[in-house]
Amino acid sequence: MSSNEFYTLKVNGTEHQVSDAWIGESLLYVLRERLGLPGSKGACEQGECGSCTVYVDGAAVCSCLVMAASAVESEIATVEGLNADGTLTDVQEAFVTEGAVQCGFCTPGLVMAVHHLLDENDSPSELEVKEALSGNICRCTGYGRIFAAVDKVVAVRKGVRS
Amino acid sequence: MSAVKTKRDTLGTSSLRPDGAAKVKGDFAFTSDLHAENMLWGATLRSPHPHARIISIDTSAAWKIAGVECVVTAEDVPGQLTYGLISSDQPVFAKDVVRYMGEPVAAVAADHPETCRRALAAIKVEYEVLPVLFDPELAIGDAFQPIHPDGNLVRQQRIVHGDTSVDGEIIVEGHYVIGMQDQAFLGTESAMAIPDPDGQGVEVFVATQWLHEDQKQMAACLNLPPEKIRLVLGGVGGAFGAREDISLQVHTALLALRTSRPVKMQYGREESFFGHVHRHPATVWMRHHATKEGKIVKIEARFVFDGGAYASTSAAVLINGVTHTQGPYKCPAAVVDGYAVRTNNPPCGAMRGFGVVQACFAHEGQMDKLAVAAGLDPISIRLLNAMETGDTLITGQPVESVAPVARLIRETNEIPLPPDLALDANELDLPGGSGITAERKHIKRGIGWGVSIKNIMYSEGFDDYSTAKCTLADGKVTLKFATSEVGQGFVTLAPQIARSVLGVTDAVCDTIDTQIGSAGSTSASRQTWMSGGAVDGACRLVRERLFEHIGALHNIEPIRFAIEDDEIVDTVGTFRMSVVEASQGISISETFEHHHRATEELDENGQGNCHVAFAFVAHRAVVDVDPDLGLVKVVQIATAQDVGQVLNPLSLLGQVEGGIAQGLGLAVMEEIIVQEGRVRNPSFTDYLLPTALDAPVVVARMVEEYEPQAPLGAKGVGEPPCISVTPAIVAAIRDAIGKDIPRCPVRPQDICL
Repeated sequence: MSSNEFYTLKVNGTEHQVSDAWIGESLLYVLRERLGLPGSKGACEQGECGSCTVYVDGAAVCSCLVMAASAVESEIATVEGLNADGTLTDVQEAFVTEGAVQCGFCTPGLVMAVHHLLDENDSPSELEVKEALSGNICRCTGYGRIFAAVDKVVAVRKGVRS
Repeated sequence: MSAVKTKRDTLGTSSLRPDGAAKVKGDFAFTSDLHAENMLWGATLRSPHPHARIISIDTSAAWKIAGVECVVTAEDVPGQLTYGLISSDQPVFAKDVVRYMGEPVAAVAADHPETCRRALAAIKVEYEVLPVLFDPELAIGDAFQPIHPDGNLVRQQRIVHGDTSVDGEIIVEGHYVIGMQDQAFLGTESAMAIPDPDGQGVEVFVATQWLHEDQKQMAACLNLPPEKIRLVLGGVGGAFGAREDISLQVHTALLALRTSRPVKMQYGREESFFGHVHRHPATVWMRHHATKEGKIVKIEARFVFDGGAYASTSAAVLINGVTHTQGPYKCPAAVVDGYAVRTNNPPCGAMRGFGVVQACFAHEGQMDKLAVAAGLDPISIRLLNAMETGDTLITGQPVESVAPVARLIRETNEIPLPPDLALDANELDLPGGSGITAERKHIKRGIGWGVSIKNIMYSEGFDDYSTAKCTLADGKVTLKFATSEVGQGFVTLAPQIARSVLGVTDAVCDTIDTQIGSAGSTSASRQTWMSGGAVDGACRLVRERLFEHIGALHNIEPIRFAIEDDEIVDTVGTFRMSVVEASQGISISETFEHHHRATEELDENGQGNCHVAFAFVAHRAVVDVDPDLGLVKVVQIATAQDVGQVLNPLSLLGQVEGGIAQGLGLAVMEEIIVQEGRVRNPSFTDYLLPTALDAPVVVARMVEEYEPQAPLGAKGVGEPPCISVTPAIVAAIRDAIGKDIPRCPVRPQDICL
């Protein structure tokens, strides 16, 4: 299945050489199976569930729909890159304390989606939150505690600013 | 004077998940994240036909592909050729005949998933297509030749109770249809098998609901002693019933044993739709007889559950359905006939609610019809008939559980209704959402009710015990059990129990595997009661031994000791010592098996004390409907749930909200569409799941009435939230548009045509 070519992906600020890979591999597959970054999850292979959400040049995308080889020129950020210093981000912390995590399979993708939302909009309305997260399916929680986690982060960030 | 104690996460607190931090970081190892040195990938070849004879299988071309290490078919199964939860009727690989679309025929192991796909494509299977038995009614009687040696009728059960000659002054009747729902856990089926160096055993990491049952079935098929198959719970990405049956367990282990290399199998989403059982589609006819005031005097009913090609748990689903015919209402007489049948449709088995969802959809439709006939509103008719503790079910079984049905209805009714839809509402708040298709002025609002009763734990004489071991050493408790953590939070609850019983702070869970006795399945809302009871029992035994130890050291009768917060205290003296100090340098270990009270099988008239206990819930739904376009937006769900004692408020709320979302899915969007045995929508593009925009406002009240039968006073809470919310939403749609809709999910054409 391999070619003798290699390409380089820049993930979370670090360059990784991908060699002997089949050219058709998705970014999700390469992250998980070749680069040892299994934090992004695969659950639908169709861009419907958002479990594999990563940022490519700052845009939140479903990595199952991106061919890895097409991302060679891009800055890729995954959930593993959120905790470079070992501590939880405010979004991650809120997911834990507000009960937004059950089985946790959707969680990394949702954490990425929430960070992306709040980076672009620091005080989203209820509908803006729902719309922003509607590409991330959670089967366990019914979303109530996920909304609570977002609300908490927004409130804390506002409190810090004021 | 005692210092201010640090908060210990004991029972009743919203203790946080111990795996939470790992899960938010992407560090938590789901089974699909596992990797082993020298690992191969496994994949499964499946039947494209719902019913066909296998003429020949030629695997030679697959073997020749570079990177392919193994191809197996039914010929290679070393032990029993079939498996199954209740009866062993499902082939590991189809041998002579395939009975449903997607049935496994062969499996391969290769160096890359893409090599696997090419190998599967290279296997040549010659089929002779056979007539498809897709109509469950034709499976009853002799209309269709048997599609399986065990016949087309999986089980039939009749219930005859009370004075069946009585007729009501009011009679209402309805035919109800419930569609096939998928559990749609996000983490698809996955397993990693690592063969022992001597080839005589295998270690299997698997996402499952019941390790010991998998072990038993795998041992038979692999012809190995059970102890040679060591199962470890890999991280589980949700379950909801779909992981109770074997899927890829035998295939993965067989490939690993044949290749002497680790093998990982993982289904994609499409394969997952074919790889596990679904919620039974069902048709239910009910005829309610009542006095002119609306009091139920008799119910007649007929259920047909389509079990698909293999038995799975159909027999038990059927019993749950027929024994819950009356719902949470008094009913002195009943005649019920129920059938679980075999067809060439996808196999069906366990899903959250397990047969009661189907019964509830029908009985709640009937209650609304009864209300109209008696001139009552939906609340009054339900209060008039509400079941109480001590009532007798149509099986003759007394309801010994706390049964606060009237209180649940009243508390739900006290929850304020949502504000009217604003005239200038955002399009995302309209039915149809961002499609911007609905117009505000067309939209009608409706309100509907659903109330339910659900049995918890296993029934019909099955002793689904659970085992736990507690070890206290140097102030720290380690808990060992085989209870599958599938997301529900038993790994949060178990340490809470230990902290409460033993006064420790530091309590952790050991690896969940088969190196201890069975915990039974994570299903039937049973683990808080059963495994919670086992952990509680083991901790109490350890506490007794700790008291003996400290009593001997300090010359105090152990019976005088109690745990007070984090200390051992002499209740009639002055001695106090922290548990941490008391347990320094010692290690006390105890194992406890918790059994619930015995239950009975039903007799030929469906009479017998077949269930252990019951939990109740009420739901009120508010919906907005566009009657012209057939679009629905569920605005608010109000609910009051009978939970016994609350052990973790945050976890409880998560179960309630999550169950409601799944019930909403069944009400308005989720259905596996099967046409003549063929699944038409096996993807998340075509099988629609509730998203954040579909989530209604949930206002929940937990009704706490201590359940004396339960070891912790708590009832299971997993299933009730998803049961009566579905009929409540459908009733609200009926209310909005004034049309009788007899099926769920409600499709646009059911509303607008």
